[in-house]
Amino acid sequence: MSTVLQAKHINKYFKKPVLFHVLKDINFKISKGDFTSIMGKSGCGKSTLLYILSTMDTDYEGELYLNNKLITNNSKDQLSYIRNKHIGFVFQFHYLLSEFSVLENVMLPAKKLGEKSFQEIEHDAMQKLHILNIDHLAKKRASQISGGEKQRVAIARALINNPSIIMGDEPTGNLDSHNSNNVFNIFKRLSEEQGLSLLIVTHDEDFAKRTNRIITMEDGKIIS
Amino acid sequence: MTNWSVILNIAKTHLLTKVKQTIIAALGVTFGIGAYITLVSFMTGLNSMLDDLILNQTPHIHIYNEIEPSKKQPVAMYDAFKNSVNVVHSIKPKLSQKKIHNALPIIHYLNNDEDVKGAIPQIKANIFYIAGSIEIGGNLTGINPLDEAKLFNFSDYVVKGSPEMLQKTDNGILLGAGVAKKMSLTIGDRVQISTSKGDVFPLKIVGIYQSGVADIDAIQSFANIKTVQRILGEAENYITDINVKLHNMNLALPKAKKIEQQFHLTAIDINTANAQFETGTTIRNLITYAVSITLLIVAGFGIYNILNMLIYEKMNDIAILKATGFSGKDVQYIFMSQAIIIGLIGGILGLLIGLIFTNIINTIPFKTDALPTVETYPINFDGWFYVIGITFAMVSTFLAGYLPSKKAKKIDPVKIIRGQ
Ligand SMILES: Nc1ncnc2c1ncn2[C@@H]1O[C@H](COP(=O)(O)OP(=O)(O)OP(=O)(O)O)[C@@H](O)[C@H]1O
Ligand SMILES: [Mg+2]
Repeated sequence: MSTVLQAKHINKYFKKPVLFHVLKDINFKISKGDFTSIMGKSGCGKSTLLYILSTMDTDYEGELYLNNKLITNNSKDQLSYIRNKHIGFVFQFHYLLSEFSVLENVMLPAKKLGEKSFQEIEHDAMQKLHILNIDHLAKKRASQISGGEKQRVAIARALINNPSIIMGDEPTGNLDSHNSNNVFNIFKRLSEEQGLSLLIVTHDEDFAKRTNRIITMEDGKIIS
Repeated sequence: MTNWSVILNIAKTHLLTKVKQTIIAALGVTFGIGAYITLVSFMTGLNSMLDDLILNQTPHIHIYNEIEPSKKQPVAMYDAFKNSVNVVHSIKPKLSQKKIHNALPIIHYLNNDEDVKGAIPQIKANIFYIAGSIEIGGNLTGINPLDEAKLFNFSDYVVKGSPEMLQKTDNGILLGAGVAKKMSLTIGDRVQISTSKGDVFPLKIVGIYQSGVADIDAIQSFANIKTVQRILGEAENYITDINVKLHNMNLALPKAKKIEQQFHLTAIDINTANAQFETGTTIRNLITYAVSITLLIVAGFGIYNILNMLIYEKMNDIAILKATGFSGKDVQYIFMSQAIIIGLIGGILGLLIGLIFTNIINTIPFKTDALPTVETYPINFDGWFYVIGITFAMVSTFLAGYLPSKKAKKIDPVKIIRGQ
């Protein structure tokens, strides 16, 4: 299987308020189709790692490869493009643009990418909403739907450009067990049916156990 | 790579969900630009009206013979004292020097010059108006009424009667409005004129002259050149002043210099004679621009504030946009385009308001004795003001939008996402 994401000797320090070594020599690989979860105690550096992997945080030491290409030290604009095309990010808090409709929220990253016509993008977006069972909400304002629905819209948005990898920072942390289960099943299906790679930070042990692989962190290090 | 339709769509949505703030910000610009257009159109209208007033009736070059002592005193011509130092006390000017020698050939020469639109003679005479037992001092100027009307808009200042009437009437006079009022005279009456030598002539009033300056109107009257020559008992070549109008006013100074040298006469150009006039124009322009720029700066701060607030409210949106692949520049453009849309809408509305206001002002009656030809407030409808106005609006909103949008560009999405 080809490697989608690889981290080599990632180290990160917070300099304020005191010098603090958050991430210590992180090394791992994610292959195509892997459904991986990251677990670890609160404060061990999971979110910090995810921000680096998603290219939003560039203040680190080490090397990061996406589809076997080094992306460390790429320019900000190049990284924006990479995030747009290759990485889908799902937050713990379902970040949507509240003034736009559900459909517009999902379409936005594809419009930014600009590779397809408006009709194609709209069609794709409706299809993603359909996969997540929320196509009936397409025309609603993003501020007028429930939390679980928002989370699924955010997942649809992460999927719109058919990225190489989806990253999630506790995407089910705010959901009841029913909705949490639902999101898991969606992820599972995407990885099995479409060969999508997923890297999900979670505190939910049941969730983690059902993934292909669990990365456990402690004090900024990967211990298993 | 910038995808403008997406950026403008987001900008539009932001503006439409904050309609109230958008309108207030745009109104600030509208107010500034509207005031600028109104002020500048009115002020420059006023300027050019006053300029016209002076320029139309003032000769570009005024040629006359300054009464001054002879440079060469008679003693210098006496050979016996050639090698001595002569001291002459109490030099008096020669009396006969008011007359311009060879005036007619000079006028002929000037009229053949291709820079000259026209050169016409005048005779200035001090006279007294006699009414019963009282005598009022005054000036009688001999003119060619039709030429004066053609070159110096003389007809604008003849409030009753006409220059043509004067031309036709031998022994006719255009009496100053102030004189006429003092002596209770009107068209058709006769007025007696006495020269400084004491000769008395009756003249028929064929019109009333009003310059708008009370001091002038109280003494000044006009008659035909021939009439004045006869009153003074002078020959037909007796001319005291020559007024010249050029095709290009800017040539007045060099031309005047040249005439002085060539004919040994005094020649005053219009700019030297009316230097204070330029100052008034400059100051009015200064006030106009100072007020307009102040208004626009205030409007600019309004936009700056509103965008700053908007960016503060939209922190989350900015973080999402950046996380999903919008670059810092894209985000900056989103907010810049909001500022520019506000500027454009506000600016265009401002131009419209300015246009409406100036049209209204242009119909307000404005009657004053000083300006007999003016009926309503003067407005200068110059397209350039509208170009400058909209440019003003765009530049000020651009500057007001630049700083906040720069801040939005720099927002670190990780900080925002962590902060939640
Ligand atoms: N901006 C910052 N400056 C300094 N220290 C920070 C900063 N952000 C996070 N930290 C510290 O870095 C450590 C790792 O934080 P991080 O958010 O990655 O933890 P986490 O593993 O995601 O925890 P949780 O499971 O609670 O989300 C924590 O001890 C935190 O206090
Ligand atoms: Mg975390």
